[in-house]
Amino acid sequence: MTATEAAPSSATGEVSGAEIRLEDVTKVYPGQKAPAVDGISLTIPAGEIAMFVGPSGCGKTTTLKMINRLIEPSSGTIVIGDQDVRKRGVDELRRTIGYVIQGGSLFPHMTVAKNIAIVPKLLGWDDDRIVKRVDELLDLVSLDPSRYRDRYPRELSGGQQQRVGVARGLAADPPVILMDEPFGAVDPITRQRLQDELLSIQRELRKTIVCVTHDIDEAIKMGDRILILQEQAHIAQYDTPDVILGSPANEFVADFVGAGSSLKQLSLARISEVELRSATTARIGERTAEVAQRAQANGDLAVVVLDDRDRPRGWPWLRQLKGETIVEPTEDLVNLDSRATLNDALDTMLSNGHGGAVVTGDRDAYLGVVDFVAVTDHMRDMQARANQSAAEAGSETGGTRIARSDDEIDHGTDLAGTDG
Amino acid sequence: MWDFIVDRRSQLLINAFNHVYLVLLAVVFATIIAVALAVLVTRMPRLEPLANAVSAIGLTIPSFALIGLLLPATGLGDTTALVAVTFYATLPILRNAIVGLQGVDANLMESARGMGLSEPAALLRVRLPLAWPVILAGIRVSVQMSMGIAAIAAYVLGPGLGVWIYTGLTQIGGKNAVNYALTATIAIVVLALLLDLLLILLGRVTTSKGIRV
Repeated sequence: MTATEAAPSSATGEVSGAEIRLEDVTKVYPGQKAPAVDGISLTIPAGEIAMFVGPSGCGKTTTLKMINRLIEPSSGTIVIGDQDVRKRGVDELRRTIGYVIQGGSLFPHMTVAKNIAIVPKLLGWDDDRIVKRVDELLDLVSLDPSRYRDRYPRELSGGQQQRVGVARGLAADPPVILMDEPFGAVDPITRQRLQDELLSIQRELRKTIVCVTHDIDEAIKMGDRILILQEQAHIAQYDTPDVILGSPANEFVADFVGAGSSLKQLSLARISEVELRSATTARIGERTAEVAQRAQANGDLAVVVLDDRDRPRGWPWLRQLKGETIVEPTEDLVNLDSRATLNDALDTMLSNGHGGAVVTGDRDAYLGVVDFVAVTDHMRDMQARANQSAAEAGSETGGTRIARSDDEIDHGTDLAGTDG
Repeated sequence: MWDFIVDRRSQLLINAFNHVYLVLLAVVFATIIAVALAVLVTRMPRLEPLANAVSAIGLTIPSFALIGLLLPATGLGDTTALVAVTFYATLPILRNAIVGLQGVDANLMESARGMGLSEPAALLRVRLPLAWPVILAGIRVSVQMSMGIAAIAAYVLGPGLGVWIYTGLTQIGGKNAVNYALTATIAIVVLALLLDLLLILLGRVTTSKGIRV
């Protein structure tokens, strides 16, 4: 739980992002005395997700929009990579920065493919390359290119529109992506899926992502770093989620993060930290009898059906397997990304009746199954570690840190104890 | 009346052609002027009340009066007719173009700019296509109205079916007075309906499937 701890996303891909540096950036709107953003200085390391949170009107969106110059700073410098954004042509600059806003903001008169192709076209890519890129991106955001490429936005659900919005932001492979409440307009279940997908994409691409949200839980889940802003974009705290939850810098942060922060720490634990069980798997088209035999040998009552690209499509019970061969399941299986939190995992497990959940990794490929026992074991470990480090921190810093109340710690122990 | 038409069919066709030509030319000019003004208004919203006032008051000016006012400047003939019809044709398109262009979601425009579309590109590729159905509705109103107004052009020796209406009026009581006026009026109505059909077709072809109602 230190500020220098390696970012949780330090997994697979090479960093393709660029560092963003804000130096004493101020924005005063004409006709207003008080600046909307008052001298913010900040470094966002390459390849990390920085979440901007704060009460409405705190200047988080203004700060975000100054990075791609949709709002021009009154003073100060913003550097991306090693280039001052003001030294570049504004349109040319924006073509190298992905921009994703609430609801996807797709152009309704253009097909999905045309929406995604906008920036590549502006950059003068040739048609073949654009077509290939569009399909690749649709694939990346889990939309079947042949089905969705030629649809219009109004023919898509909110979640699908948002996915296309993300694909559009990634289109020209920009090192930096700005997101403004990207998942604000979708229902909670879709939001969780989209968050997981974005995390999975990010694990592969390692862009620098700056994301504004009003949802502290989203910030804790998504952020490598969280920036908590007060009025006029004064930094209340800028640190990793662990530190912000474990030792809020001041009362504002503690209030903002809210009570029950030890419960929230459940949102910090990722499924990837929990030991996965391997379940019996089956391919579409395999002979049912063989599959059933395999499952019985493993002592499984259900099998995970995978498609030709290793993506779990269903989790039928053995008694539901009818016919000679395994057919494509029709159920809407809710998978968990391995970056999903334990909170999400508990949620999914409770809703599907299997007492577990199927976990997927990059490109939705099957990884394994997580069950209640694994989660509760992990929670107990975490609690033990948290108590230990709280005790250490208390004795080291002599109370400058806002200690979590005994209540909360007790509450956490209870929770871990109920299943033990 | 049938004999009357058959006897003068070539003249009728010429007049009808001239009438439609005058109206279409005027509406094309009007569309360009109206959309240009509307773009200006979208960029400077302070101008909007002014533009709306002009398009409201403009329509109350009697066409006879306007033609009279134009005479000293443009003289008798086609030019005066064209200017007068263009003036009236502009007003409904202007109003619709302002509504249409301003009605485009500000988030979409910001997202267009945020992706690096230049201001003209954002206008041409996002704002105009999205406002187009509303603008086209204005053009349809404008064409209908202009078909009627163009008849007045005969008064200043302009082209079109108005010539026969004028002939009919000056020969009141004469043998063919009613035939002249009636034939021209019916022709105007029929042509107006045909043009409207064509515009509906144009709308189908030029409006993206993604925003068609």
